[in-house]
Amino acid sequence: MSDVVRMFRRSSAAVLGLGLVAMLALGALLAPLLTGHDPNEVDTTRRLARPLTPGHPLGTDEFGRDMTARLLHGARISLAVGLAATALAALAGSLCGLAAGLGGGWIDHAIMRSIDTLMAFPYFLLAIAIIAALGPGLINGMIAVAIVNIPFYGRIVRGTVLAVRETEYVQAARALGITELGLALRHVLRNCLAPIIVAVTLNVGGMITALAGLSFLGLGVQPPVSDWGSMLASSRQYINVAPHVAALPGLAIFLAVLGFNLLGDGLRDALDPRLR
Amino acid sequence: MAAVGGGGLQGYIVRRLLLAVPVLFGVSLLVFAVMHLAPGDPAAIMLGAQATREDVARLHRELGLDRPLPVQYARWLGRVLQGDLGRSIPLGREVLPEVLTRFKATLILTGGALLVAVAIGVPAGIVSATRQYSWLDRLSMAIAVTGVSLPVFWTGIMLIIVFALTLRWLPSAGMYAPYGGGDFADLVWHLVLPAVTLGTASAAALARMTRSSVLEIVRQDFVRSARAKGLAERAVVGRHVLKNAVNPVVTVLGIQVGTLLGGAILTETVFSWPGLGSMMVRAIQARDYPLVQGGVLLIATTFVCVNLLVDLLYAVFDPRIRYE
Repeated sequence: MSDVVRMFRRSSAAVLGLGLVAMLALGALLAPLLTGHDPNEVDTTRRLARPLTPGHPLGTDEFGRDMTARLLHGARISLAVGLAATALAALAGSLCGLAAGLGGGWIDHAIMRSIDTLMAFPYFLLAIAIIAALGPGLINGMIAVAIVNIPFYGRIVRGTVLAVRETEYVQAARALGITELGLALRHVLRNCLAPIIVAVTLNVGGMITALAGLSFLGLGVQPPVSDWGSMLASSRQYINVAPHVAALPGLAIFLAVLGFNLLGDGLRDALDPRLR
Repeated sequence: MAAVGGGGLQGYIVRRLLLAVPVLFGVSLLVFAVMHLAPGDPAAIMLGAQATREDVARLHRELGLDRPLPVQYARWLGRVLQGDLGRSIPLGREVLPEVLTRFKATLILTGGALLVAVAIGVPAGIVSATRQYSWLDRLSMAIAVTGVSLPVFWTGIMLIIVFALTLRWLPSAGMYAPYGGGDFADLVWHLVLPAVTLGTASAAALARMTRSSVLEIVRQDFVRSARAKGLAERAVVGRHVLKNAVNPVVTVLGIQVGTLLGGAILTETVFSWPGLGSMMVRAIQARDYPLVQGGVLLIATTFVCVNLLVDLLYAVFDPRIRYE
C-alpha cells in the first residue's frame, strides 16, 4: 500500500488532480458556509453584474442571482449525480462481468452479446435514446448514462475474472473444496478491486460531462433545480453582454473533469504494477 | 500486399460480416424499445393533450399498438428494411427523407472534426513519443489531458465568444450564410468553429494513444536492430515504427468516430447546425418517436459499419489477425 502512495505522490499531475477534486468537493459540501447568498435569490436591480462586483465576487446571472452561490450549489448536484451514476454503472457492470466470467457458457454468451449491442451505439447517442424512452429528468439522465457505461465495467471485471480463475492459488482453493460463491467473494472480487477503483476514477469525469451535456440540452435536470450544464444552457443568450455567465459554469465542469482525469491517470499508474 | 494471404482475408471478412448481424439485430431491438419502454400509450403521448379520444384510437390502430409486441416488432422491422421509417406527426412528413437530409449535415460536421482530430492528434503523438520526456512531450501531453477534459458544449460557446462575437472572424451559427451563401467556400467557412470544437477532444485522445503505441513499438528488438545497422532515426521511425503503430491508432480512430457522432448532438445544438443531433433533441422534447427512432437507427448503423471497416483495416495492416 505504501508503494502505491509513494508512486502516486511522485506524480505532480495526480496530486494536482486530487487537489482539484478535494477543492470542488469541499466547495460543494460547505456551499452554505462559503457564501452568504441563496442560489435562487433574485435581485433584478443587479442583473448580469460583472465578476469582482462588491458583494458578488463572481458576478450575477440574468436574474441577478449570485454566481458564486449558484456554482457552489450546482457543484452539489453535478458532483453528486456524477458520482451516483458512476456507482450505479460500476455496480451493475461489475455484476454483469462477474456473472459472465464465473457463469461461463450461455450466460457469458448472452451477457457479452448484450454488451456488444450497447457498444454498437455511440456513447452519447445511447444516453439520448434511453432518455427518449424514459423521458427527460435528473433521475432518468442518471439511469441513462449509467446504462451506457455498463459495458466499460462489465468487460474489465470479466477479463479479470477469467485471468484470476486460471491462477494456481484459485485452483488450489478449488481443490480444497471452496464453493463458486466463496471463490467469487474471497478471491475474484478482491482481485477486481484495483481495476474497478481505477476505472471508477477514470470514468467519473466522463459521467459528469455526459450529465452536464444532457442538462445543457434540457434533457437532464429540470427547473427550478439547476446544475452546471443547465446554468450554461440558460446563459447562452447573454454571451454577447456578459460572457462570464457562460464561462464560469463550463470552467467548473472542466476543472472537475480535469481533476478526476488526472487523479484517475495517477491512480492507474500507481496501482498497475506493469508500469513500474 | 494484395495477393498475400488473400484467402485468409476473405474468410476473415465473411466471419466479421456475420458477426455484425446479431449486433444489428440488437440495435434494432433497442431502437424499437425506445417507443415501447415509455410509460403510457405512445399514441396518446405523440398526439399531445389536445387530441380527441378518436384520434388516439386511430393512431393506436395505425401504429399497430393493439397487436402483441413480437408481432409489432416484426412488422416494424419489415417496414424499416424496406426504407419506411414511419411518419413524423409534428412535422407532417415521412421520416426517411427528413433524416437523410439532416444526416448529410451530421456527416459533414463529423468528417470535418475527424480531419481536425487526425491532423493535430497523430503528429502531436508521434512528436511526443520520439522526444519522450522532452519539454515538447510534456507540453503536448499537458495540452492533451486538458483537451480530453473539455466539455464540447463549453468549448463551442467559448470559441463563439472569442472568434465570432469578439474578433468577428468566423460565423457562429448555421451551415450557410442566410443571404448570398450556399457554395463550398461558405460551407467550409461555417464548418471551421464546429469542427474544431468537436474535434479537439478526439485530437487529444488520438495524441495520447499515438504516443503510447509508438513508445511501445520503439522499445522492441527490431527497432533496436534497425538502429544498430545504422539506419537514420527518420527512417527507423518512418519505415519501422509507424507501420507497426498504425493498428492501435486505427482502433482509437474507430472509437473516436463514435465519440464524434455522439458529441455532434451537442455541437449541433451549440452552433445551430442543421444535423441529426439537433433534430433529435427537438424530437425528444416533442415526443416524436418515429423521428427519434429514425435518427438513432441511422447513426448506430453507421457506427456499426465504421467499426466493421476498422476491423477490416486492422486485418489489412496486420496479416496475423486473419488467422486467429
